[in-house]
Order: sequence, then structure tokens, then C-alpha cells
Amino acid sequence: MEKELRIVGFLCNWCSYGGADTAGVGRFIQPTDLRIIRMPCSGRLDPLFVLKTLTGGADGVLVSGCHPRDCHYAEGNYYARRRLEVLKRFLPVIGIDPGRFEYTWVSASEGQRWQHVVTEFTAQVHALGPIQRIGKQAQARACSFATSGLFARVED
Amino acid sequence: MKIGVFVCHCGSNIAGTVDVAKVAEAAKAMPDVAFASDTMYACSEPGQEGIIKAIQEKGLDGAVVASCTPRMHGPTFMRTVARAGLNPYMFEMANIREHVSWIGRNKEANTRKAIDLVKMAVAKLGQNRPLYPKTFAVNKRVLVIGGGVAGIQAALDCAEGGLDVVLVEKTSSIGGKMAKLDKTFPTVDCSSCILGPKMVDVAQHPRITLHASSEVEDVFGYVGNFQVEVRKKAPYVDWKACTGCGACMEKCPAKKSPDPFNELVGRTTAINIPFPQAIPKKASIDPTACIRFKTGKCGVCAKICPTKAIRYDQQDEMVTEEVGAIVAATGYDLMDWTVYGQYGAGRYPDVVTSLQYERMLSASGPTGGHIKRPSDGREPKNVVFIQCVGSRDPSVGRPYCTGFCCMYTAKQAVLTKDHIPDSQSYVFYMDIRAPGKMYDEFTRRAVEEYGTQYVRGRVSMVYPMGDKLVVRGADTLAGTQVEVLADLVVLAVGAEGAKGSPHLAEKLRISYDSYGFFMEGHPKLKPVETNTAGVYLAGCSQGPKDIPTSVAQGSAAAAKVLGLFSKDQLQSDPQVAKVDLKRCVGCMKCALTCPFGAIKELETRGEMKVEVIETVCQGCGICTSTCRQGAIQLQNFTDNQILAEVNALLLTAEEEGA
Repeated sequence: MEKELRIVGFLCNWCSYGGADTAGVGRFIQPTDLRIIRMPCSGRLDPLFVLKTLTGGADGVLVSGCHPRDCHYAEGNYYARRRLEVLKRFLPVIGIDPGRFEYTWVSASEGQRWQHVVTEFTAQVHALGPIQRIGKQAQARACSFATSGLFARVED
Repeated sequence: MKIGVFVCHCGSNIAGTVDVAKVAEAAKAMPDVAFASDTMYACSEPGQEGIIKAIQEKGLDGAVVASCTPRMHGPTFMRTVARAGLNPYMFEMANIREHVSWIGRNKEANTRKAIDLVKMAVAKLGQNRPLYPKTFAVNKRVLVIGGGVAGIQAALDCAEGGLDVVLVEKTSSIGGKMAKLDKTFPTVDCSSCILGPKMVDVAQHPRITLHASSEVEDVFGYVGNFQVEVRKKAPYVDWKACTGCGACMEKCPAKKSPDPFNELVGRTTAINIPFPQAIPKKASIDPTACIRFKTGKCGVCAKICPTKAIRYDQQDEMVTEEVGAIVAATGYDLMDWTVYGQYGAGRYPDVVTSLQYERMLSASGPTGGHIKRPSDGREPKNVVFIQCVGSRDPSVGRPYCTGFCCMYTAKQAVLTKDHIPDSQSYVFYMDIRAPGKMYDEFTRRAVEEYGTQYVRGRVSMVYPMGDKLVVRGADTLAGTQVEVLADLVVLAVGAEGAKGSPHLAEKLRISYDSYGFFMEGHPKLKPVETNTAGVYLAGCSQGPKDIPTSVAQGSAAAAKVLGLFSKDQLQSDPQVAKVDLKRCVGCMKCALTCPFGAIKELETRGEMKVEVIETVCQGCGICTSTCRQGAIQLQNFTDNQILAEVNALLLTAEEEGA
């Protein structure tokens, strides 16, 4: 078996975490690299979490929320979408392959879709191989760069 | 902090593919963990007692249970922790069943993953703080959306339970699909005779407000305090003045207007009352058919109306209803059967849908209960029923069994013989599914007493020959091709969620599947609840159902609402946002992004800050990721807690030297 990589998934409680549960209940076999962190809404996700996770040594990050228009909190995923799209374009600036990060929408009923998303993303990260570790100082630099107003403007 | 870790076997569900003893062993080495063990069933009574005992004997400050999804047993274990004397929020779950043991077969990899998930939960719990709920008042009124038999039952049960009910129905009369049926299976009793009295009860009940011809435009608020905007569509008739005498219908010159109640089998007038038992029995004008609306000339109904109720310039009206709970009972629609080109759907007039045939059978239908071929009005002798049109057919995206088609086809075959004694019915079927009380007996009677010919196999095509239709299909039991010369073909069309139900689901903030059905809270244990507090489901909006099941679910939803309203005060979820006033700069970005308006300005010591209205906050955390100061934090999902999980995981990677 190929060596496992570190992939972190940030999932909203209502749709995608439920979708991952549905996939489990349906026994849809998936690669085991992904570790899921549950949050109430994809709108709760600060893009900095993704940066800190990637610069901290994770090989890939997957974010998944409710389909647009279907958010439990009405509009959280719209905020997520704006922030994450900016983040995806920003990653190459600090030398991270944007292929290590994806965001998707999976509803609580879409177990099969979740299996598909996990399998594809895991393969994509494996194709890129383990991430280059950077030092603590470089980590801090990358994160402070990101906080220098880039994401703050997204809500304006 | 002293943390206890409890790793569940879940019988062999987890222990089969995860080395649970090893997970518990690994947990003992984690920071702050004072106690760790594995247990056969953590959720069982001895399992929960074990957790309580460990918390009390070891003096633990918090517990991590590694078992199933928190969406299933999170609340169960929070109660357990509370019984042990801890704050229920000093608890975390690691999902090692749905996310580990059930999706991976490699025991080693699974065990590693389970250890990681436990480590992350322990790290998060280390940052947890006790949280305390607030209470808020409940508005004890309920909104029922949809006036079919499920909605009617829910509304009546709630009203009988002493609640004020608002019933919103899209069409101009309640009754739903059941009102369109002639007879019901397996008793073959008259549908409108058993539904009619219930509809009258709705009209006469002092606690029920009925908005017909109305739709839910928007929903604000939360459990206990919803504000619902209802659009009352203009019927162009003053319903307060209209007595339902029907004089306008007799004189209306636009006599060939489409008749949706009769499934477009017959024609009606532009101003009409959809059927004799309609509730409310009021006329309304179809502006797309009315000559007055199309040309400006006419106005016969206004002249004839004895109470002068006609209002051509009437506008839609908006009403705001304040309720504490919502029951969605929006029902189903037939799937678009015209995708079956091979059955001549939409091209040959003598190929009709099950509901159209039902209207032909009905004594109050367009043919007065006489079965007539739509093409020439003659009585059919050979009637062919084709089952599973839009059910159990992945090729048209409808893989599920609608469930009631087998039964209504048998009923229609029986009724055909009753109406035309020298007729012969053929049913092309895949399997007969008749699991209800007296259902299987009924389908047997259709064969044995009424001589219905059942042919097991799919129909490949239907084509015209002379004035008849040839139905060609396979008989898979005989292993041959068969052709039947039919006078009339009836398609047993499967059901899908009512049109527009995804839109409504978005307004109610509930989930729906790709077929337009609403998702229940749990497929087995929460069949009428949704994941949105205070919103319940009844009838076919949740999935296809026959009448008894729809009625049972309507009553179940009503019971849930009555249970919810049995308390005067509800407790709010304390997982809400909290402002650190020292950090807040009063920029108001959080307030701008909050979807619930739960953040308001607060002046302290001459400075503008914000505060959170705790009972309004729904705990989404959009504000937290918006705040550049890190001043507003969603409790139990703070930045520190989430990053603690990330760090715990990445630290593991470093230890492994990866």
C-alpha cells in the first residue's frame, strides 16, 4: 500500500459531515488519509485555518459545505465560497501548489458523491506527493502575509 | 485538566476493523488523559454507567467518547456527562465508525486514523469551557404547509390539541392528491367520502386559519419564533363575498379552459370552483384563460354574480404569520412521464396517466364516471396498465420504488371491470409490491375474481394500429415476446417531490434529496423531524407514501409539535458567539454578515462595541471568521479549539518523522 499522506477535511455539520456519515452508513469504501474536523458551517472557516494547516505540514486540505442556496444558516456557504476562491488564487503566491486545496459542496444525502470527492482528492494529493516542510519562521511569514488585509476585503 | 477517553466497540461495527484496545492504549499517552478504556457498547446502559463511574471515581473534568457520529449520539453522551455532574459541554466525540471502521478495510490504517481522531478530540476538549443555556418564550402557533391529507391531519390534530393553526395551501382548495382519487385501496371505499368530512372540519374549526391559493414566500426566525411571509395569490374574486353558488361557472363563455384538478382530461370554465367538495368553496379566475384578462372584453361573471364579488383588479396580498413551529406537508407530483417516448406519452391521446384515469373513473370527474377513450369517446374493451413508469428505472434518474403504484394499478383494474363488465385488463409489471394490511390479498383478488391478466416484463414500445394501440413487451416468465391490442393504455407513473419543494426547503433551511423529497432528521429514529429545530415533515414531502402512512405521519408531526409546545420556555443552544469587548473595535462587520440579525450595537464607556443576542444566535460562526480582531468567538468552535485539532494531527505526523 502506498504511504498515507496527511489530508485534513473541514466539513460543515449539516450537509457534508452528514454526507460523510451517509457514505459510512452505506459502507462506501474510501482512502483512509483524510481526517475530518467538524464545524457548524463552512462560513465558520477562516481561510487562515487552511493556511496554517498547509504550512504546518499537512499535504492537502479539503473543505466541504452545503450546496449554494441550501445552507442551514441561509448564506454561510456564500461567504465561504468568496473567501476560499480568493485563498485558492493566493496559495501559489506563498509557494503552495493550489492542487493541495479544494473546496466542494456535498449534501447530507450524497454519500456516493462524498466517496467520489474523497477518492479523487486523495489521488490528486498523492500525485503531488508529500508537501515540502517549511520552517516555523516561514510559516509565520506566510500567515502574517495572509492577514495583511487580503481576506479582510472579501466581505466589503 | 483530567480527561477520560472511552473507545466503543459498537459490537463488531467498530471492533471488526479497528483495534479498539490499541486505540485506548494510545489514548493513555495523550496529554491530559487521566483515564482510557474500551467498552462494548458505550451508548448502552452499562456503557453509560461505566462512563459516569469513571468520571466520578477518577475525578475527571471531561470525557471523549470515540464511537459513532455526534449527529447520532452526541446528545446522548452529553446527557451522560451531565448525569455524572459535569457540564454537558465538557465532552467531545471522535467519529470512528461512520468515518473510519465503515469506510476502510485495512485494520492497521483504520487504527492509526482512529488514534488520530481521538487525539484531535482530546486536544479540542482541552480548550472546552462549560456553557449554560438561556431560556426564551415560545409562540404556540403552528404553520402547516400543504393541505393534502397529511397536512389536514396534522392541522386537525394540532388544533384539537389546543394550538392555533395556520394552514397554507397552494391551490384554491385543500384536499391534495387524495381529493382527486375516485376510490382507495384495498377497501375500495370512496376517497372523497372519507376525506370530505375532514376537509369540512378544517373549514369549521375555530382554531384553524386557512390560506388557500397561497404560498410561503419567506421564512425568518428560529424555533419558537418564526415569522412567515405568506403570499395570498389574487383569485380575482372577493372570497368574503363569494358564496360558492356557481352561477358564474354556468355563464362563463371561456368553457374550454385547462382544468388542472381533472389533470387536463376535461375542460372547465375560466372562473371556476375546482370540484364540488372544495374547501373553501369559492370561485377563482384563471387569468391565462379568462377572456376579460386577455382581450378586455367580457365581464359576464361580474354581471351575473349575485353578491357582486368579482374583482378584476385584485392584487396579491402579503400576510405575515408568527408561529413557533412549522410542518411541511407539500406532497408529491408525478414525474415527467413524457420522457418515455417509446410509450407514446404525450403523442397518443389514448395513453393516459394513472391520475388522469382516476379522474375518468370518478363520478364527479369530467366524464361523469364513464370510462371513455380521450380520442373518440368510445368505451374501451382492452385496457393495458404499464407499471414502473418513472420508478425503479435508473435510466430516467428514478431508481427508487414509489411503493403505491402496484396497489393503485390493481385498484384501477378492479374498477375497470366494475365499470365495464366485458372489459379485459392487462398489467405489465416488474414485481408486485403489496406489503400493507390486506394489500396482497387485494392484488390476488384483482387476478382471481376480476380476471386481470398480469404479465411480468417491461413494455418496449406502444404504437398505433388503426384506432387501437399495440403494446409490445416481454413476458419474462414465459420467455416470449407479447403483443396486446389495447383500446386504452394507462401508465402507472411514479412520484417525485412536489414541484418547487427544493425552493421551499431552502427557505425552511432543511435538506432535500435529488428527487425533491425533504430529508428527515434520521431515517429510522427521527422520521418526522428535520435537522432544523421546529420544522417537521409529514406525508409524501418526505418520500412516497400511501394514505394510511401519510395520515400516520401527519399525526406524528402534530404530536412532535404538541410535545415541543408542552413547555412555555425553550432552552437555547449555548453554542453561541461571544464578544471579547477588549478586542472589539466596533467595525460592525460581524453584524453585517450575520444571517439572523443576532448582533447589535452596544455602547460601553463611550465606545461602540457589539453584543450577541444569545437566543437569536444560531451558532453558525460566520461572524467569527469575519472578525479580523478575533474578538467574536463561537463558543465550542473557537479558533483555538479548531487549531488545537489541526495541531494535534500535525504533531502526530512529526512524531512519525514523516
